Amino acid sequence: MAKDLTLEQIHKCYATDSGKRIIIDDISLHVPKGSFVTILGSNGSGKSTLMRLITGQEEPTSGSILLDGQNIPRLGHVGLVSQELNLFPWRTALENVAFGLEMQDIPSQERLKLAKVYLEAFGLGAFLNQYPSQLSGGMRQKVAISRTLVTAPDIILMDEPFSALDFQTRTGLQCFLLQLWAKLKETIVFVTHEVEEAVFLSDFIVVISTIPAKIKKIIPVSIPRPRSRNSPDFAKVKAEVFTVYGATSCLGNQELKEALDFLQRHKAKNV
Amino acid sequence: MRKALFSFGLLLGLWQLASSLGIINELRFASPLAILRGIIEIEEIGLPPDYYLHTHIYYSMKLVASGFGLALISAIPLGVLIGASSKVRAFLRPVLEFLRPIPPLAWIPIAMLWFGIGFPSACFIIFLGAFFPILLDTAHGVENVPKGLVDSAKILGAKPKELWLKVYLPASLPSIVTGLRLGMGIAWMTLVAAEFTGVQDGYGLGYMIMTARDLQRLDLICAGMAVIGIIGILLERLLQLISHFLLRGQE
Ligand SMILES: Nc1ncnc2c1ncn2[C@@H]1O[C@H](COP(=O)(O)OP(=O)(O)O)[C@@H](O)[C@H]1O
Ligand SMILES: [Mg+2]
Repeated sequence: MAKDLTLEQIHKCYATDSGKRIIIDDISLHVPKGSFVTILGSNGSGKSTLMRLITGQEEPTSGSILLDGQNIPRLGHVGLVSQELNLFPWRTALENVAFGLEMQDIPSQERLKLAKVYLEAFGLGAFLNQYPSQLSGGMRQKVAISRTLVTAPDIILMDEPFSALDFQTRTGLQCFLLQLWAKLKETIVFVTHEVEEAVFLSDFIVVISTIPAKIKKIIPVSIPRPRSRNSPDFAKVKAEVFTVYGATSCLGNQELKEALDFLQRHKAKNV
Repeated sequence: MRKALFSFGLLLGLWQLASSLGIINELRFASPLAILRGIIEIEEIGLPPDYYLHTHIYYSMKLVASGFGLALISAIPLGVLIGASSKVRAFLRPVLEFLRPIPPLAWIPIAMLWFGIGFPSACFIIFLGAFFPILLDTAHGVENVPKGLVDSAKILGAKPKELWLKVYLPASLPSIVTGLRLGMGIAWMTLVAAEFTGVQDGYGLGYMIMTARDLQRLDLICAGMAVIGIIGILLERLLQLISHFLLRGQE
């Protein structure tokens, strides 16, 4: 059942050959129960590391992670859908979705029935007995989401789940996810590096800096749903996010200009 | 499949023709018909008399099954251990690297010294042939189980026992099955030589071929070879079917 999530002064460092490396530097955050929060940060900023801490795969170097204010075991209670999906290739769609229930010792009949209900609700009723290798990217994504949802986790984490998909599939799944969330009232922490996706989906956006990850700003999004990507409100929030998140793009332009100048000079010489 | 049968049939026809026309000397290599007659003769009269073909086959199969079975039950657990633990791997690798290139047949003298002549010796040789492919492929499979799959199982609440039975085992199965098929191939190939070490009760396909040689019956030697070839193909097909069944969705 949905719970709220509290991160208190989370630090994470790894020991590497070149010494101690700080990946996450003092992140504190409260995610209210039933809310949809997006963590926005560029590639390599430490987002996936933060997810591994929340699922309980790893422990923070210091700080605490609380569910409903309590420090309780998280493995098996926090769901994660990642970009790689990690579906079990030897299990059919139905058996994949039933895996988490199997770990909870729910009898075979019941777990298959429940898994079937989810897949059918996701429009995959005709693909229950297909293996992941026989499904399209979008379908696999839905199987992965149902595999997590069916276990009714306290928190649902989604780590760039749609990044590998084409535009049509991605926007379709975004709408789908929002409808689902509206019904289930789950607490969702969604990780992305795309501003538009963040603005479209979330109640509030947590913008984090590049490594080590720190919270730069928390931006609430109060546009009513369903949101239109073309509305002036949407553009306004996007612009606001960009002022925090997109600050490095000028530097890129400068480098590009230098490269183009160089090419031009090089061409001129060769003529 | 149909194409394979056709090409095989054509080859047999041409071979028979060449033998009948005297292009292939019947004293050097038997014709398909002579081989067929030979097979029937061994089954009906026996080689030596009263030692029938199906009993030779049964004996050889029992030998291969024993050697292969021993390899299977020892190589899979050891392979899992090596694949799962980098410490065990580091410790055992030098020994294995040293033992692996020694051909199973090179063990024959020592096998005879240890076990004498007969079933245990031959079984040991076959065991050695099958052991290393199964061991190495099992270790390789377990070592290379994608970390992402293990992680997602843990996140879904899998405990160590469930991780082993429901993730490591199925994920490394393709590799284990490859090892089993390789191992079976080698086991069958070492069979004849293993039986050359001598078998006390006078049965076995390899022993049967040696008897044919002693009698200078070329047709029966070739008949024995043909039977070994056919059973080898059937075994390979059987394992292929089993592996298709085990590896649904993973190919
Ligand atoms: N186990 C580890 N040991 C050392 N460095 C790590 C480890 N895991 C992640 N990192 C480093 O942490 C940084 C952030 O990685 P990650 O959390 O995957 O970022 P993101 O998901 O935002 O792209 C990377 O530079 C990566 O090399
Ligand atoms: Mg990541």
